Amino acid sequence: MSGAGLTITGRAAPHSHAGSSVDRIMLQVCLALVPATVFGLYLFGWPALLLWVITCASAVATEALCLLLQDKPLSRLRDSSALLTGWLLALTLPPWAPWWIGAGGAAFAIAVGKQLYGGVGQNIFNPAMLARVALLVSFPVHMTTWVQPDLLSSGAPGPWAALDIVFGGGIPDGVTGPTILGEMKTAQGAGTVSELAAGSFNWLDSLTGSTAGSLGETSELLVLLGGLWLLALRIISWHIPVAMLGTTVLLAAIFHRADPAHYASPLLHLTSGGIMLGAFFIATDYVTSPSSKTGQLIFGAGCAAVLFAIRAWGGFPEGVGFAVLFMNAFTPLLDRYCKPRAYGRNLRGRPTVARTPARKVR
Amino acid sequence: MRKIHDFHGGIHPVENKHQSLHTPIRDAGIPAELTLPLSQHIGAPATPLVAVGERVLKGQLVAEATGLVSAALHAPTSGTVTAIEPRPIAHPSGLPAPCLVIASDGEDAWCELPPPCSFETLERPELLARIRAAGIAGMGGAGFPAAVKLGLKPGTQVETLIINGTECEPYITADDILMRERAAQIVRGAQILAHLVAPAETVIGIEDNKPEAIAAMCAAAEGTGIEIAVFPTKYPSGGEKQLIELLTGKQVPSGGLPMDVGVVCQNVGTAAAVADAVEHGRPLISRITTVTGAAVDEPQNFEVLLGTPMSHLLALAGYRAADNPRLVMGGPMMGFTVPDPGVPIVKTTNCILAPSAQELPAPPPAQACIRCGLCAEACPASLLPQQLYWFARGREFEKAEAHNLFDCIECGACSYVCPSNIPLVQYYRAAKAEVLQMRRDAQKAEHSRQRFEARQERLEREEAEKEARRAARKQAAEEKARRAADAGSGEADPVQAAIERAQARKAAQAAGAASEENPLQKLEKTVVTTRERLEKAEAKLAQARSEGADHIAALETGVEKTRAKLAAAEQALQDYQAQQTPAEPAPAGDAAQAAIQKAMAARAAQANKSPLEKARDNLEKLEARLAKSEARLAESRAAGEEEKIVEALASSVERLQEKVAAARAELAAEES
Repeated sequence: MSGAGLTITGRAAPHSHAGSSVDRIMLQVCLALVPATVFGLYLFGWPALLLWVITCASAVATEALCLLLQDKPLSRLRDSSALLTGWLLALTLPPWAPWWIGAGGAAFAIAVGKQLYGGVGQNIFNPAMLARVALLVSFPVHMTTWVQPDLLSSGAPGPWAALDIVFGGGIPDGVTGPTILGEMKTAQGAGTVSELAAGSFNWLDSLTGSTAGSLGETSELLVLLGGLWLLALRIISWHIPVAMLGTTVLLAAIFHRADPAHYASPLLHLTSGGIMLGAFFIATDYVTSPSSKTGQLIFGAGCAAVLFAIRAWGGFPEGVGFAVLFMNAFTPLLDRYCKPRAYGRNLRGRPTVARTPARKVR
Repeated sequence: MRKIHDFHGGIHPVENKHQSLHTPIRDAGIPAELTLPLSQHIGAPATPLVAVGERVLKGQLVAEATGLVSAALHAPTSGTVTAIEPRPIAHPSGLPAPCLVIASDGEDAWCELPPPCSFETLERPELLARIRAAGIAGMGGAGFPAAVKLGLKPGTQVETLIINGTECEPYITADDILMRERAAQIVRGAQILAHLVAPAETVIGIEDNKPEAIAAMCAAAEGTGIEIAVFPTKYPSGGEKQLIELLTGKQVPSGGLPMDVGVVCQNVGTAAAVADAVEHGRPLISRITTVTGAAVDEPQNFEVLLGTPMSHLLALAGYRAADNPRLVMGGPMMGFTVPDPGVPIVKTTNCILAPSAQELPAPPPAQACIRCGLCAEACPASLLPQQLYWFARGREFEKAEAHNLFDCIECGACSYVCPSNIPLVQYYRAAKAEVLQMRRDAQKAEHSRQRFEARQERLEREEAEKEARRAARKQAAEEKARRAADAGSGEADPVQAAIERAQARKAAQAAGAASEENPLQKLEKTVVTTRERLEKAEAKLAQARSEGADHIAALETGVEKTRAKLAAAEQALQDYQAQQTPAEPAPAGDAAQAAIQKAMAARAAQANKSPLEKARDNLEKLEARLAKSEARLAESRAAGEEEKIVEALASSVERLQEKVAAARAELAAEES
């Protein structure tokens, strides 16, 4: 809101409005996350609930603090964008991570990932992914300690035990285990990927989500449902998700067919890790993705390419965060080169040729 | 069945059209006072033809079109002209504008109208003249003078004549009800227009949310060869460019006109007015206006005299001012807020919208843009509204122009869908206004620059001429001095010197004269060029006449003006010649002659002198020159003149001193 900018006063057309609002869009995205979140909390119990609450609260508190420091009205909290960022980050964390992972990560996401750039609408990189990647690089052990889902078992920690896990003693022995992508990484080294399908990889479990993984990412099915709901509401368009999932399937299929011992099947890729959350909720972030449809297709395909490269040949088992951040950097470029053809102009932006020479307009 | 194309973007706002369609068109009657703004159209304001206090009859021409792009005005009823002064009008700026005010006498007495006739009997220019005389301006909202749009250049072939019955803007039903009730008149208007522009096809385009209008139009167009094209309701399909794409699949080039793709587009209201004007000779003095919104009890359509105050119509419709936070002329998408309900209905007033506060609530404060891209999806011009917004807000107008700012039709679809409630269109309007202002300023600056450069050039030229004359003089002087010195040594040829001197003077004069034409030459040149221009203009006029073009009137006035100019120029030339003739002899040649004679005389005189006398004379002359030169040198040193000048003077003094010394020696030799 610089003083030198063009200022607009008075009321002018249009006088009517569709009634959409940023507040409502953000809330609807949050709502779309509810099924996957509820399932994750149910799956991973009290510690996960604590972590989710802490992360969301930290995001909102950091946003409030930043607004106060900048003398901006606190009413801007109403747009729920901070809540959404915190929520998305929480869903990508290991479910029993210590409190400071959630609190610090969310604070980093809001303060550095968003407000430092000028607040909502101004950031180049997806704040939640920026925080996740920063945490992963800084605290690799905490960020890769996964618990086995222990549905309703007697061993599930109660509220008090959960407090101890999140705020103190950490994860007790014997409940941790690898994610399927972690196993895949190991198997790739040994050339035994094809045996995964016969062994620990069960596509149905993986799809429904009763597997080890991030807090809200395990159930690809529920994430997909939320994503489809957003599509139906026209809050997101199909271009980025379809390009991202389609390219992943294509790449996985090609490599799996050529060398099944080292490359997992498309099914494993699609049903594991954060790919669904990434395709429907993270890569589609308005602020950090291209606005033209062509740009979105390229963006989605690019995300998938980077993601596949990391999963297949990288040092990390999962790479949604890196992939999205990498493509975020290309968003301004894609927007620049994927302009739509304006009415009455050709693809190069020149006026279309008149049948009869245009009358000179002075 | 015609293939209906689609255009990019568009929105589906709530239509809200049914409210004003319960009753037929109602006559709004004659208000006590009518206010006719002189500018109800795009182009130059009309020029009043009546004086305050004059009685006018219904249909009488009260203000004529000024120039080509303008429209005439007629008295909507009989009465007395009470004022010609600025009054508040319905304009986005809210500023008063010149108006002609008529107090009606209630008699509604018509003036004499041209006899009714059928259009088939009229020639093209005559048809066009009738339409122009009726003062018809596009009734869809833009108000472009209809006759200008229809005045085609000779040899142009119109492929499609489109009659626009789309009325895509919510709330407005003026065209809808006109099509329902006066379909036959619209079809006749369309036939007249088709007769005028001779298109390959004539299409009347209507959105599918007007089934009654479609039925009525189909019935009226039966057997006329005019096609009724129905297409899905989507805002802004009634926009000229969008409608052309819908019906023909062609896009009007950016910055171009529909004619560039062989299309002429007119509103159904305009077609009806054309039928009235041509068949009955009736000028445009009334129109259909929708009065609607939750703040009126009986939303409906009125046939209303132009100049009627909006408040008159609102009262007839049961207006509750308390429920109406803002009054809008036009629809909710492109209409503008009217500051005062007393402003008059004009040719382009298709709707008065009086919404309640709940109906069209004031927008919440704008939030930051989240780059959702909904605006780009809605934009019917396929622009990038969000980029335009960044550029407009950051005053990066060049980038905004590069992103086709001026292709924006200001339909408001982007603002309508914006979840951040950013008043995008207002930013574009403001940016356009600033760019246009900057262009005007730049043009002014360029003009001043050119003037400055021309002046600078003139000054330099004059300086150069002076310099050339000075150099010629100097050369002549040196030559003279050399000759004199030579003469001193006995080889001088004063005649030759004088001739050369005279030649040098002539050369100096010629250098000056080259650009400083004498007034006579200038006048002659003016006469010649004006005559050439007149000949050209007359040829053009003749051609236009033979082709039956529509701009004959403009050409005629041009020829008249040029002829007057030529007469003036010829008169000026004659006057000048009359003044100058007695003192005409060429001064330059004469001076040379005189100098030669003088030199010859001097030579003759010298020939009689003894060598001693010659030497003494020579010495005296040289000494006098030396004294003069020394004085000049001292003067310029004292004045602190430029070093070069001082040096030059010093060297000439030195040379003279040498010559004096030589002359002295010579004299001494003679004396001995």
